[in-house]
Amino acid sequence: MSFLSHLISGISLGSIYAIIALGYTMVYGIAKMLNFAHGDVIMVGAYSCFFLMSRFHLPVIVGVVAAMLVCTLLGVTIERLAYKPLRAAPALAVLITAIGVSYFLQNAALLLWTSNPKVFPSIAGNTSIKLLGGQLSISPTALLSIASCIVIMVALTWFTSSTRMGKAMRACSEDKGAAQLMGINVNVTISMVFAIGSALAAIAGILLCSAYPTLTPTTGSMPGIKAFTAAVFGGIGSIPGAMIGGILLGIIEIFGKAYISTQLSDAIVFLVLIIVLLVRPAGILGKTVQEKV
Amino acid sequence: MKKTLACSVAATMLLALAACSTPSTDPTGAATDAPTASAGAIKIGATGPLTGGAAIYGQAARNGAQIAVDEINAKGGVQLALNYQDDEHDAEKAVNAYHTLKDWGMQISLGSVTSTPAIATSAENFTDHIFALTPSASSVAVTEGKNNVFQMCFADPNQGSASAQYIADQKLGTKIAVIYKNDDVYSSGIFDTFKTKAAELGLDIVSTTTFTEDSQQDFSVQISDAKSKGADLIFLPIYYTPASLILQQAQSVDYSPKYFGVDGMDGILTLEGFNTSLAEGVMLLTPFNADATDSLTTSFVQKYQSAYGEIPNQFAADGYDCIYAIYQAIVAGNITASMTNAEINDILVAQFTSMTFDGLTGADMTWDASGQVSKAPKGMVITDGAYVGMD
Repeated sequence: MSFLSHLISGISLGSIYAIIALGYTMVYGIAKMLNFAHGDVIMVGAYSCFFLMSRFHLPVIVGVVAAMLVCTLLGVTIERLAYKPLRAAPALAVLITAIGVSYFLQNAALLLWTSNPKVFPSIAGNTSIKLLGGQLSISPTALLSIASCIVIMVALTWFTSSTRMGKAMRACSEDKGAAQLMGINVNVTISMVFAIGSALAAIAGILLCSAYPTLTPTTGSMPGIKAFTAAVFGGIGSIPGAMIGGILLGIIEIFGKAYISTQLSDAIVFLVLIIVLLVRPAGILGKTVQEKV
Repeated sequence: MKKTLACSVAATMLLALAACSTPSTDPTGAATDAPTASAGAIKIGATGPLTGGAAIYGQAARNGAQIAVDEINAKGGVQLALNYQDDEHDAEKAVNAYHTLKDWGMQISLGSVTSTPAIATSAENFTDHIFALTPSASSVAVTEGKNNVFQMCFADPNQGSASAQYIADQKLGTKIAVIYKNDDVYSSGIFDTFKTKAAELGLDIVSTTTFTEDSQQDFSVQISDAKSKGADLIFLPIYYTPASLILQQAQSVDYSPKYFGVDGMDGILTLEGFNTSLAEGVMLLTPFNADATDSLTTSFVQKYQSAYGEIPNQFAADGYDCIYAIYQAIVAGNITASMTNAEINDILVAQFTSMTFDGLTGADMTWDASGQVSKAPKGMVITDGAYVGMD
C-alpha cells in the first residue's frame, strides 16, 4: 500500500516538474536559449495568486487566471527587454542575461514581499480522498496536479500540430531563417512562446504551492532547476519529452527517498540523469540532429 | 539604437539590483546606517542576515538589540552605538561586513546571528582581540578554541540533550521519530546529541529520516516512515518553515503524533497564512516566551510591538539580552570608549566568566571559559495559538 501512495506522490510531484519543464523546453526549442529566469516566474505567479486570494478574497479561479495574466505579461516583458536585444549575440551572453534576470526577480521579490515565508492556501481543499477502505489517502492537490498536467499536455500537442500559430512555432524551431522567408513573423512567434510558457509557469507555481504551501522569494529556484533537469532528461525541445522527463524525475525522487535513503535522494536523481545522458545524449525523446557542414 | 536600449536595460537592472542589496533602503533599517552617536559612545558592531531567506532572524536580533541600546542611552551614563551590517547568512559576506565594521571603529562585537557566518566572523574576533557575544549562533564551532567568543543562546548539544531529557522526564513518548536537516550544522548537531542522550535514557528512536535545503518540500516519505513504524512523537530539530510543511502533510494522511521542537520552531505561529490549529499541542524548548507576565518581558514586548509592529521572537530577546549583558559587564569593569579593543576584550572576558546575568531569556545565566551559556530551558506547548509554559 505504501508503494502505491509513494507512486502517487511521485507522479503528482513529477506532474508539477513536467508543467515547469514545458516552459524550459518550448523556449529552448524555438529560441535555442535556456531561460533560467523561468523558475522565478513561477514564484511571481504564486505570489500574485496568494495576494489576490488572501488579501482581496477573490475566488480561486479569478486568482489563477489573474496570476496567469501577470506571468504572461512578465514573461513577454522579460523577453522584449532582456533577450530580444541579444538575439544575434553568442549563446553564452544570453545565458548569463537569463541568470541575471533570475537574480533580479528574486531580489525584487525580496524587496516587495520580504523574506518572511507565506503559507499558501490550498486551492483544491484539504479533504483527502480515501480508497481501499481508508488505507490509501490521496490529497486533492495531487489529483489536480496530475489532471492539469494531462490537460495541458493534450492542449499543447493539439496547439502545436493543428493551429497556424503552432505550426509557425514548429517552423521557427526548425529553421528561423527559412520560416521568415515563408512569411512567418519570427519575433511575434517567439513572444507567443514566452507568453504560453509563462502562463504555464503561473499554473505550476500555484500547484506547487498548493502541494507544498510555503512561499518565499526563492521558492521557484530549486523546482526550476529540477524541471530543467527533467527537460534535459526527456530530451530538451520535445514537448512529450518534458512530460515524460518530469514525471520520471518525480517518481525517481520519491522512490529513491523511500526505498534507498532520504539522505541520498537528490544524488540518486542526478545519478540516473547522468546514466540516461551517457546512453542517450539527446535525452529520452530527443532527436540527435546532424549538423550540415 | 538597439545597443543603447540594451545598455540602458542592463544599467537599470544593475541599479535595481544594487538597490536590493543596499540595506539602508530598508524602511526599518535605522540601525544599518552608520549611527550618529555622541563622541564618547562605545561602538558595538554586528552582522546578521537582514535580507535573504534567514532575514527574519537577523532583523529580529537587530531590532531587539536596538531597543536595548536606546534604553541604555536614554539613561545617560554609558553611551552605546550599534551598527548592524547585512551578511545574508553567508560566511564570505559576513567577513566582508566584519571588516566594514572594523573600519567604522567597532570595539565590541555581537558576532553574527546565524551559525555558518558566525563560525567565520568569530575566528576574526579571536585574532583581532575583539570581544564577541553572539545572540543566537548556537553551533559549538562558534566558540570552540576562542577564549573571547561567548553565546547568549544554548549551544546545539545542550538543546539536543535537554530535549531528550525533557521527553524522558515528562514521559512524552515511547516510540520516537526524528526528521532532521542533514546539510545544516544546527540541525545535525542537535540530532547527534539527542541520539546519544536518548540512548542513555532508554528512549526508543524508531525512525530517523533527513532532508536537505534542496529537498525541503515533499515530506510524504519521511512521514509515512514514521507512521508505519508507529512513532507516537516526532522530534523536529529544524526551523519552523519546513516544520510547518511536515505538520500540514502529516495531517493530510491522518497522522497525528506529538511534535517536539527546539528554538528553531519559534516563529511557526507568526507564519503568514499558516493554519495555527495544525500547531496545536506542538511542544518546544525555547528560552523566551513573549506571553510571560513579568515586567521585563511585558515592557520589552510592548516596546517592540510599537516600534516594529510585531510580537518579538526569541532572536529579538537574545539581541536585547546581549546588549544588557555587555552593558552590565561594561559598568562592572569600568570600560570607557577610549580604551583599546584588547583592553576592553580582556576586561569583558574576565567579567563574563565571573558574572551572573538576569535577562529576558533566562535568570541566573552564567558563562564558563568555553563561552557557552548555562541557563534553564523552558518547555512550552502551543495552546489556543499561543505559547504556554509546560511546567
